[in-house]
Amino acid sequence: MLTVTFFAILALALAFYLVGRSRAVSVVGGEVHQLHSRPNFHGTLAMMLSAICGILALLVIGTAWGAYIERSLLADIMAAQPDLTPIEAELVLSDAHALASGGIASRSDALRIAMAEQVTSKGALHQWGTIAVSLGLTVLAGLWAIAKIAPEWRARNRSETIVRRVLMLTAIIAVLTTVGIVMSLIFETINFFDNIDWQIHKFLFGTTWSPLSGVQAGKLDPDKVGAIPLFAGTLMITVIAMLVAVPIGLLSAIYLSDFASARVRAWAKPMLELLAGIPTVVYGFFAAITLAPFIRNSGEAIGLTIASESALAAGIVMGIMIIPFISSLSDDVINAVPQSLRDGSYGLGATKGETIRQVVLPAALPGIVSAVLLGVSRAVGETMIVVMAAGQGANLTANPLEAVTTVTVQIVMLITGDTEASTAAGPAFTLGFTLFCVTLLMNIAAQRVVHKYRELYD
Amino acid sequence: MSKNIKISAKNVDVFYGDTHAIKGVDVEIEDKSVTAFIGPSGCGKSTFLRCINRMNDTIDICRVTGDILLEGEDIYAKSIDPVQLRARVGMVFQKPNPFPKSIYDNVAYGPTIHGLAKNKAELDEIVEQSLRRAAIWDEVKDRLHQPGTGLSGGQQQRLCIGRAIATAPEVLLMDEPCSALDPIATAQVEELIDELRASYTVVIVTHSMQQAARVSQKTAFFHLGNVVEYGDTDKIFTNPEDSRTESYITGRIG
Repeated sequence: MLTVTFFAILALALAFYLVGRSRAVSVVGGEVHQLHSRPNFHGTLAMMLSAICGILALLVIGTAWGAYIERSLLADIMAAQPDLTPIEAELVLSDAHALASGGIASRSDALRIAMAEQVTSKGALHQWGTIAVSLGLTVLAGLWAIAKIAPEWRARNRSETIVRRVLMLTAIIAVLTTVGIVMSLIFETINFFDNIDWQIHKFLFGTTWSPLSGVQAGKLDPDKVGAIPLFAGTLMITVIAMLVAVPIGLLSAIYLSDFASARVRAWAKPMLELLAGIPTVVYGFFAAITLAPFIRNSGEAIGLTIASESALAAGIVMGIMIIPFISSLSDDVINAVPQSLRDGSYGLGATKGETIRQVVLPAALPGIVSAVLLGVSRAVGETMIVVMAAGQGANLTANPLEAVTTVTVQIVMLITGDTEASTAAGPAFTLGFTLFCVTLLMNIAAQRVVHKYRELYD
Repeated sequence: MSKNIKISAKNVDVFYGDTHAIKGVDVEIEDKSVTAFIGPSGCGKSTFLRCINRMNDTIDICRVTGDILLEGEDIYAKSIDPVQLRARVGMVFQKPNPFPKSIYDNVAYGPTIHGLAKNKAELDEIVEQSLRRAAIWDEVKDRLHQPGTGLSGGQQQRLCIGRAIATAPEVLLMDEPCSALDPIATAQVEELIDELRASYTVVIVTHSMQQAARVSQKTAFFHLGNVVEYGDTDKIFTNPEDSRTESYITGRIG
């Protein structure tokens, strides 16, 4: 019903737009230039005012009135049977809701049936009341806007103000969402640290990670939440990934921008960008099923023992995944270096290689650095590949041929495992918060670099 | 009036794809003098200038036929390396284009890649000499290690001239070097060009006829890809032979 009302409000608003526009024309007898605002601004203002009033009424009255009904029903129940605890009263109320909608209730005594009737009657009043008020406000606001239409009426300025407010609102929503996520991370992190008696150093520098094995009465064992193996694993895989991605990505960008003919470029660049479109889960099983056995077998052939889940396999595949980010972004910044700089260098008798090394790359450096740091953030936060190919055991090792685990893998294990969410969430959120801090610091560093070298050429 | 001929172009044609940009141009450029190319926009004077150090090689669709001889040697011959050619024939561009490096490194760039300096002291000497000859040394000697892009437009252009001089070229090509500069900076650059004449062969493309008259000894008038008239600057500006030259100089075409 409320969805229908919502669309009815939109339809009314559209009608007000048309009415407002034609009324604006008729007010001045067709001499449109006498209007302060173009006719469509008068229409737009009527449309926006009516739609905003209607939708706001729908939201506010719908929720506030509903909450008020629930509270008054609860009060009625408590009045009828004063010996009920609040939780029992809520059970009675939810049973009444179930009965009213023809569902299954835990019991159906006289009180519940009486309440169910109340729910039905008040609910109907609530629904129709909400619809009437919101449609009424829509019409009133639209009529007001249309009544205001006059040659001097500044509909354009007013509608622009409304648009600006709406834009601001959407920006605020985006910012508040971010703040909310960060806040929840912080609160869970504080809970977790509280749970291990604020021995933060044991989390940051401990070397044993087995957070759920020492749980006693919901209390974690501070000696088993050492995250160093996870940080080390993440670091190792990130380094391997960047060792693969940076040279290949950067050199292919240089080739594409300065050496490739237009024809090669026309098909090579989309092909590279296609790599970015492959879902990471596909990379993950490519690493686990194709590359890891290949590495293990070739290792055996030369007498090396390589685990079937290894940091090397996960890192290489992650590097392949990151290549398109680095090559595509670097290619863009290298192309953005003005041709005049290249001409200047050629004009002094420099070769292509000297020009690229000494003029083009330094000029493109800020962009390249931010591309690389973007790649690092991707590598640090990447999950699917490492879940499948890197292993789960929190193994502290410097050998890339062994299985390691990463921060993201452990978060997945904690959340998808069968431990109670309230216990597992603590370490998971804390790891998430740590990851967030690291990527944030890296983004800040990238912006610093970009800022420092910006505007060296125009 | 017998002077050494530094550059001799014979029957040069340039094509951009299907467009015939330069049509059978013959020009002989004298050593240690300033030669100006004038003409309306799109007449091919910049294109011809870029042929002299093979800058057009960097444009895929550009094709050059005919002979351009630098001291009697065909610069389009197979044996000529365009990179070495450009070290002998330097170029200054329309828009100042300092590299995003320090003032010092901008000037040291050419000498370093060509190995002109044996050590740091020699390099310092080359940088100072070049900046002095470009008449900018006094303005930048205290800030050699600040970015060249922080200079004003006129200073940047003189820096670019200094950068071109530092590679010790024999010929200096200038493609409208003053078009982005204000009158004071223009006057400084013109004065500089006049001084450079003693050591280099200068070829300058300009839109300003006053500039051509002020700085050059020889002038070539380009029109629609042809050299209409080529001769002593004094004669071109006072007593042109071709009616089109006269029309252009007096402002009736172009």
